[in-house]
Amino acid sequence: MRSYAAQRAALAVIQLAVLSILVFLLTALLPGDAADMRFTETLTPDQVARLRSQLGLDEPAIERFTHWFGNVLTGDLGTSLISGGSVADIVKASVGATLVLTLATLAVVVPLAVVLGLVMGTRENGRLDRVITSITLALSAIPDFVIAVVLITLFSLKLGWLPATWVGGDLPANPALLVLPVAVLLGRTVCLLSRQVRAGTINALNAEYVVQARRLGVPRRQLLLRHVLPNAAVPGVQELARTGDTLLGGVLVVEAIFAIPGFATALVDGVETRDVPVVQGLTLVLAVAALLINLAADLVCNRLVPRTELLR
Amino acid sequence: MSEALNRRGFLCLASGLAVAAVSGCGSADSPAAAPKSGGRLRAVFAGGGAKEVLDPHLQSLFVDIARHKALYEKLVELGPDLKPVPRLAAKWEPDAQATTWRFTLRDATFHDGKPLTSQDVLYSLARIADPNAPERVAQSSLAALDLRRCKAIDKRTVELTLAAPNAEFPALLAGIGTQIVRDGFKNPSEPNGTGAFRFTSFEAGRSMVATRFEDYWDGPAKIEELQILSADAEARANAVQGGQAEYANEMTATFARTAEAGRTVKIVAAKGSTTQAFVMKVDRPPFDNPDVRLAFKLLADRQRLVDVVLAGRGAVGNDLFGKGFQYYPADLPQRERDVDQAKALLKKAGLIGKEVEIFTSDASAGFVEAATLFAEQVAEAGVKLKVTTGSAQTYAKDLLTKGVIGSHRSGAMPIPQYITDRLLTKSPFNVTHWRRAAFDAAFAAAQVQTDEAARAAKYAVLQKTLRDDGGILAWGHPDFLVAISSRVQGVQAVPPNTLDSGRFDKVWLA
Repeated sequence: MRSYAAQRAALAVIQLAVLSILVFLLTALLPGDAADMRFTETLTPDQVARLRSQLGLDEPAIERFTHWFGNVLTGDLGTSLISGGSVADIVKASVGATLVLTLATLAVVVPLAVVLGLVMGTRENGRLDRVITSITLALSAIPDFVIAVVLITLFSLKLGWLPATWVGGDLPANPALLVLPVAVLLGRTVCLLSRQVRAGTINALNAEYVVQARRLGVPRRQLLLRHVLPNAAVPGVQELARTGDTLLGGVLVVEAIFAIPGFATALVDGVETRDVPVVQGLTLVLAVAALLINLAADLVCNRLVPRTELLR
Repeated sequence: MSEALNRRGFLCLASGLAVAAVSGCGSADSPAAAPKSGGRLRAVFAGGGAKEVLDPHLQSLFVDIARHKALYEKLVELGPDLKPVPRLAAKWEPDAQATTWRFTLRDATFHDGKPLTSQDVLYSLARIADPNAPERVAQSSLAALDLRRCKAIDKRTVELTLAAPNAEFPALLAGIGTQIVRDGFKNPSEPNGTGAFRFTSFEAGRSMVATRFEDYWDGPAKIEELQILSADAEARANAVQGGQAEYANEMTATFARTAEAGRTVKIVAAKGSTTQAFVMKVDRPPFDNPDVRLAFKLLADRQRLVDVVLAGRGAVGNDLFGKGFQYYPADLPQRERDVDQAKALLKKAGLIGKEVEIFTSDASAGFVEAATLFAEQVAEAGVKLKVTTGSAQTYAKDLLTKGVIGSHRSGAMPIPQYITDRLLTKSPFNVTHWRRAAFDAAFAAAQVQTDEAARAAKYAVLQKTLRDDGGILAWGHPDFLVAISSRVQGVQAVPPNTLDSGRFDKVWLA
């Protein structure tokens, strides 16, 4: 297990290096640079040219990349080309809202999906299974922005129960801000997750060891919790890791509609203003988070169902 | 009986007089117009993320401008018709050549308690001009200032000297990024201005909080606390409708229609505040031929463009920037659609049946829609206009060099400034490539005229030339729409970039 973790860590370093190069190349392919983006009705071409050399954007790309990479190795993510502030601060400022949103969503989704998955799995093709399947599938088929607009119109603008946006809101003081965004994010994640739990449950229920346990007269409750759920959870945990990745990466549509100052907004801002150090910093942090989450998921699965082939 | 009448009549008259004396004017306004003090106003603007700045000399977005207007002030501001009006400078006086200008400062106080002096003005101008900070936006517009020859006459009088005469100098001091900061101001994150609000906190891309400055020279603000917030269009609409904000800047015509149907939100529309146009490069075929330029101008169905692209919220254009602004030649006849004449001109130019590419992008709302609709209108004369869409983020820069005809919009600014920026040989944003030595010379001659009427006459001639021969096909002037909650009073319907736009010290909550 330790050598496995070391292997994964080495692989992660290579993955991160490749990712950094890719992100750098892709942002370089976009038209214009950070100085060009300031070209508005207020800065003249001459001012922009001076700004470009001040930002060091007239240096060769390879030089800029190696400089950045060297700094990252020493733990310095650099400074923003736009605000001049440190990238680490920008990451910190944007990760908070996203993290809260992610955790709140997962806190609702996980228990809900497990219960729904078990209910559906134990009643395979029964009436309840079909009803839940139809509802969750339908919810996941509706685009986020449609659900968001409907919920806002109903609960904020018509009924006035919940805040429509995070604009001017303060999260710790007003937790109601979370309700609508979480409700929007719920649709798809609950569907995907509960489908996985359902499939896992059905598989486990039909597995020979469960059939045997049944024959031996293990009580149904114990059978489900001790034998079926851990095995059924494996695909669920993997799906959960993917969900966590997606949510952490920020859900742009939801952030945009509710004006949530999160990760996706910061990333899009960074790309739109060609703020390469910020884009690099954010993607790097996100990649590290994704690697850790997936590693954690693998380890959890191994703990649930100790099978060496999982660790390959 | 007569006695009673007399007494009643007397009381009526007396109370009427008293009301008139207290309010200082007639009773034209409704009773709701009595301003109330106190409360918090939350104003939402289009956000700029990390791009947003606290440094008053770096601003460019509306949200920056509003933030800086609350904290800082300029010597001169622009009135509703974009004509310079006194602000921190109570008055000014040019010499006969309009080269040396004397500005008399108002008795204003900075937030740190220090009085405004000539030294603060000189320091601010020097800070703007600092060559090591190319992003200070007013650098190019104030380049005419000869800083070595500018001096303080006394504590409240400052003499500013230009390298070349310019009768429009006060308007330049009212431009973007010309705020007066305190002498020695170094750290923008600790704002110290003379504005109506005192800085509390700022988070780029999210919010600024400021509180009423009690010693403000123009009378303390009515509201107690001001929050300037950032959000995109959808969130702005939801915030003002859902009661999470009292003021939302830059709203769409679609939103205005929905809002006006309800009762919670009012729309304040500044008529025809900005300009929408197609710009033709006058040095590239086919638009190097004046006949083709005129033909395209004649082909535009302006009313339809306004109705469709602006949802009817705007005025038709007459191929000139700045309808309703100071110096706008309102007496020029409105250009009407004339397909037959256009056809004849295009036939003469040999363009019938040919294809011309129009270069546009999503850089501004309505660009692509306008180009597509215009292509249909041009097609009626037998010319195919092919719509090509470029990158939104680099469009402003690309349009300078790319294509032969493209989409253009301009915010509100004084007409002479628009000409300086866009229509002279050396203009940095000359999208039509209009470079005429005679035009440059005539404009320079107008700029040195200290007599306003004489200047206006010369500008009128120049603008007629542009309308008839230039590369700007200005088809419409969109209204500038602001949404306010029904509690908010005192918001003026004025174009952006003017004194009363995004200004909150005269606004109150009923």
